[in-house]
Amino acid sequence: MATIRYTKDHEYIRVDGDIGTVGISDHAQHALGDVVFVELPAVGKKVAQGGEAAVVESVKAASEVYAPVAGEVLEVNGELEGAPAKVNEDPLGDGWFMKIRIADAAQLDGLMDEAAYAEFLKTLE
Amino acid sequence: MAESSSTETLAFTPLHALHLRLGARMAPFAGYDMPIQYPTGVMTEHLHTREKCGLFDVSHMGQAILEGPNAAARLETLVPGDIVSLAVGRTRYTQFLTPEGGIIDDLMVTRLPGDPERLFIVCNAARKDVDFALLREKLPDLTLDVFEDRALIAVQGPKAVDVVEGLIPGVQSLVFMQGGDFEWRDSPVFVTRSGYTGEDGYEISLPASQAETFAERLLSHPDCLPIGLGARDSLRLEAGLCLYGHDIDETTDPIEAALNWSISKRRRTEGGFPGAARIQKALAEAPARLRVGLTFEGRQPAREGVEIATPDGRVIGKITSGGFGPSLGAPCAMGYVAREFSAPGTEVAALVRGKALPARVAKTPFVPNRYHKG
Repeated sequence: MATIRYTKDHEYIRVDGDIGTVGISDHAQHALGDVVFVELPAVGKKVAQGGEAAVVESVKAASEVYAPVAGEVLEVNGELEGAPAKVNEDPLGDGWFMKIRIADAAQLDGLMDEAAYAEFLKTLE
Repeated sequence: MAESSSTETLAFTPLHALHLRLGARMAPFAGYDMPIQYPTGVMTEHLHTREKCGLFDVSHMGQAILEGPNAAARLETLVPGDIVSLAVGRTRYTQFLTPEGGIIDDLMVTRLPGDPERLFIVCNAARKDVDFALLREKLPDLTLDVFEDRALIAVQGPKAVDVVEGLIPGVQSLVFMQGGDFEWRDSPVFVTRSGYTGEDGYEISLPASQAETFAERLLSHPDCLPIGLGARDSLRLEAGLCLYGHDIDETTDPIEAALNWSISKRRRTEGGFPGAARIQKALAEAPARLRVGLTFEGRQPAREGVEIATPDGRVIGKITSGGFGPSLGAPCAMGYVAREFSAPGTEVAALVRGKALPARVAKTPFVPNRYHKG
């Protein structure tokens, strides 16, 4: 059973064994507005926890997406190239950015679960 | 454009409460708390304006009447535009210039009826204090009446004529860059057929006390949606129109900014405006750099501050405005390049985060203008 964890920068990582699927939260896609382009990392790239992993561009601005945990990029969501709006339509599903092999599962402990993230969002209002 | 810091007290336009009721996301802009977008989002707002029509609150902009004997000739000592030849009820775009020919601000001037001469001026929010101080200092013989209690509402798009005519009968007879006095519910309103989107449309100056009711009446038309500053920026970018503080400022002159069209033959010959010598030289010799449009092969936008290079990597300029054009369906940008690279079709590259995005110098507007020229 996959579990999901969130960062304070509004990335999520859906964990299934040692594989994590990374994307941005519903809150993040809403704040960004209409996504027009996603710059994804090369497969095989090693990302550090909190390091820049992707860039998401809306009509208004470009925003960096940071890796929730360290790992190696195994796969990127090529569908986003032709259909970046999937990030808005289904951020936690079809709008995923990349899959990484998690280097150190202990880093997940520092992230928020669904309930903690919901509480965190309330503090931003 | 200079954004005010969050510690500063923000001013509100007469439509502020309406923006909040409409669910706008607000942010500081030029000292005002302004709507960036409404719940529909920038993309929808942009496309709706081009397809039907949108309402923009531009009440933060400066509005004033400059009045006195020979007001037009006197204003010409500060701007390179031809104001003397401006007929009553006609609007012209020009720029306030520094003694070196740099652009202090860009503005719209409409000649009003009356003797002594009266000119209605609309200028940028972030520069209005500078502009009005300049007018008071340099033209002390004229009266400057700054409107603090008037709203300015733009209605833009192909349906704007139907929407505005429904409330203010008679405005359909105006043509692009023409203005006149009208009435709405016994209040005097001043309407010009102009805008900042490349579309047909109007800018309506009216008493602040009437603004909210008027805006609500406009928005009750099914074709009219409220549009925030986000889409205002993408619309003007596609239309190839300059944004002060980004594409033009005191370090750029009107010739390198490709605004030659706004300076008439008489004014080029006669001079008599600040920086005339530099501008006449730039016209005679062609400037070292020029503002151009850029289009891109891919979908990745290149934004303000990105360097422009030759295909083999030599830096030749910088982007001053850039983003994704919703109507174009692709990124577009404008910026300055060395003159030898300014011909439309020239292959260049935009250096975005260490990657060279293939781009091409392009004519602007990126999306055809649809002004009502009559």
